[in-house]
Amino acid sequence: MTNSAWETLSDQAVAVAGVVYFLALLAHLVEWASLREVAPASVAAAGGAAGGEVGTGAVAVDTGPDRTAERARRVALFGRLGLLLTGLACAVHFVALLGRGLAADPNRVPWGNMYEFTVSGTFVVTLMYLVLHRRFALAWMAPIVTGFVLTTLMIAVIWLHSEVTPLTEALNSYWLVIHVVSAVIATGAFTLGGILSAAYLVKDRRGEATSGPLARVPSLPTLDRISYRIHAFAFPVWTFAVLITGPIWAHEAWSSYWNWDPKEVWAFITWVVYAAYLHARSTAGWKGRNAAILALVGVATLWFNFVGINFFSTTTQHGYAESAPAFVEPGER
Amino acid sequence: MSTAPPEVPEAPEVPEAPERRAGELSPRELGRWLWRQLTSMRTALILLLMLALAAVPGSVIPQEGVDSVKTARWQDAHPTLTPIYEKLSLFSVYDSPWFSAIYLLLMVSLVGCIIPRTFVYLRAIRAAPPAAPRNLGRLPDHTSYETDESAGDVLERARAALKERGYRLRPDDGGDAVSAERGYLREVGNLIFHLSVVVVLVAFAMGGLFGFRGGAIIVQGTTFTNTLTQYDDFEPGQLFSAGRMDPFTFSFDDFDVEWQNTPRRGVLARAFKAGLTYRESPDAPEKTYDLRVNHPLSVGDTDVFLIGHGYAPMITVKDGNGQEVFSGPVPFLPQDPTFLSFGVLKVPDSPTGEIGLEGLFYPTFQLVDGNPVTIYPNDANPLISMQVYTGDLGLETSAQSVYDLDKTNAEQLLTAEGKPLRLDLELGESATLPDGLGTVTFDGVRPWTRIQFSQTPGKEAALVGVVLALVGLLGSLFIRPRRVWVRARREGGVTMVEVAALDRSGGGDVVPVLEELVDGLRTDAPTSKARDAREDEGRTDT
Repeated sequence: MTNSAWETLSDQAVAVAGVVYFLALLAHLVEWASLREVAPASVAAAGGAAGGEVGTGAVAVDTGPDRTAERARRVALFGRLGLLLTGLACAVHFVALLGRGLAADPNRVPWGNMYEFTVSGTFVVTLMYLVLHRRFALAWMAPIVTGFVLTTLMIAVIWLHSEVTPLTEALNSYWLVIHVVSAVIATGAFTLGGILSAAYLVKDRRGEATSGPLARVPSLPTLDRISYRIHAFAFPVWTFAVLITGPIWAHEAWSSYWNWDPKEVWAFITWVVYAAYLHARSTAGWKGRNAAILALVGVATLWFNFVGINFFSTTTQHGYAESAPAFVEPGER
Repeated sequence: MSTAPPEVPEAPEVPEAPERRAGELSPRELGRWLWRQLTSMRTALILLLMLALAAVPGSVIPQEGVDSVKTARWQDAHPTLTPIYEKLSLFSVYDSPWFSAIYLLLMVSLVGCIIPRTFVYLRAIRAAPPAAPRNLGRLPDHTSYETDESAGDVLERARAALKERGYRLRPDDGGDAVSAERGYLREVGNLIFHLSVVVVLVAFAMGGLFGFRGGAIIVQGTTFTNTLTQYDDFEPGQLFSAGRMDPFTFSFDDFDVEWQNTPRRGVLARAFKAGLTYRESPDAPEKTYDLRVNHPLSVGDTDVFLIGHGYAPMITVKDGNGQEVFSGPVPFLPQDPTFLSFGVLKVPDSPTGEIGLEGLFYPTFQLVDGNPVTIYPNDANPLISMQVYTGDLGLETSAQSVYDLDKTNAEQLLTAEGKPLRLDLELGESATLPDGLGTVTFDGVRPWTRIQFSQTPGKEAALVGVVLALVGLLGSLFIRPRRVWVRARREGGVTMVEVAALDRSGGGDVVPVLEELVDGLRTDAPTSKARDAREDEGRTDT
């Protein structure tokens, strides 16, 4: 296949993945809509089941008329269908990344500019959701994750899309693989953690619901614990990306391991906020609400760094929003 | 970190001071109080968040140390704000007194936390697990079962099982229970992390204080000697001394650039490298190195980096008498990826009048619809297009950038029709200037490279520190300290076994641990009572 054929394949795969994510979202919405109609008593049971570590849509309804049982069956069916579609979309999403990498000459990892980074980042979000789905009983997150990934992909295609270009010389290093992979993984994980923290805050405000969508969200302590675990995983990865591989690469390419580049500054700010989150949790016993707020502040700095700095900062050397030219402005003589 | 206990006013150490009022502190007490406040964990956390907050302005306002050109431009555009910002050191946030103050306070606070904590830990690491509480059923995570085995057998097996799982056992547990604890290394990880943060902060400060950063544009065929005069820009740390410069020299022999034809964006420079011949010191043997982006050369303590490249047209200027007043390469600055470049040539020592040239360099010149453009970035059809100035170019009076022509008192040369004179010279072409000023010849093109030099003392220490910090962090996040107690009692013909576990990390889930242990201990079929107990307690979160 030629390079342009790969590129076309990648673009088409992103479009197909978007459509499949949309279908998955629809399936999950049907699932949730069906759930709303179930009698309150049964919903409580369903909520309890989702709060435990039971697989997708396993709604235990042991009492009630046939209609209720029929609806419960529909909830389970569409839940499974949604998950299946999400898995399919994730596979197509991967094809899009693969095509993007093979379209470049020479072949390279598919995260050389902002469009590619966004497509890779959303892929990690989906992948982590699917991997952790069973372990942490994340079925309740399905509409949020599919909705988020779909929206972000649409933004990427509409505003960020750029053609495949060769990497600029400074980006052409194996550190691109190590540094950016770890940054993408940490970003995906922090985003999942942020969704959990947001869900925590919503649920905390509304109180334990016995019906409606909130009833499917796990109990507050469970949310808090899963959120902590995801953050505890993401933080060392972020440390590795921002404070180890980043400086090593900066030293190789820009002659100084820490340049106070706006992107570095904000990556450091994100690091500090999450450090404070973990610290407050382990020593000050900050759980629940305060911790969730701190985690959301962290996610805000993370995404501001990714989106805001690329578009608003004039001095950043991480300006991959548009491909950076290979020229320099020497200092005054 | 140590938490500050509520401050209890201490008994006055000098009782004969009668005029002391309540709450008044002696200097020593005040010092101690301040120290406790500073080293409290709360303060450390606040300082950490303040450091993050203090870093924000530096990412919004252009920084002199990061981009001096952009900073100067910003300062020109904001005449009112500039003096205020300058007073607040907002153009060099990361060297400013207030940023340093937070940084230093954080470091003191960290050290103050770590030292006492290390002693506490050293005592704790040898400590045996605490004895079993009287009533294990009061612990949030517990279970129990009945068995026909003797209590001694159960406890014996529990000891073996816990030891196998890496628990430390309480040695004098002669009674009816086994006490076990694991995860002692979590605290080690924690301490390593905090110590490493101090190491990194010190190493980083060293790099800033004793190091330097500088850059130079070096034209192919020239030689660079590592002395201050050869640098275009040089930023030393506050404690840098020129004696620390490594005495190396190198010549820039050849330049290679790989042009890539991309379908939509035209020709782009992909890989470029500068072939250097260098000596580490004047008597050292000659070595060669191909300098590339991302592949720096280390000479002594100095690292040499290739940052960018461009074109330097070779220009010869003769004065009105036919005497050569300038001949050599003039580095032009690329303006975009097509390598359309801008440059200035100033000739102050011309007896027939100062000459200033300013204009553009087109690597592959072509007229497209009457507009001059460069169609490729490689120098296939080079052309310089210059405007000429004379009169007072301010060359004597003020120090100025070589890329900037001071035109305030200069006069521009015009053609006979009164339009600005433009010299468009192809390779080898020559033009005669009006008013007997002389001639300008475009002799050739040489590539130049922008090379950056830096010394960063302590960079290895910083790397080791940050890697250790990560290791310590992993330890403190993923080592789960927990205590387990097993008690077995003979009651009415059966042995009643109680097992309880306590997670000490916060966020750990000990239910699976408990289940796994009990499954291992129990050889009989589970009794209904045990099942009930587990279902009651099993789903407790955290």
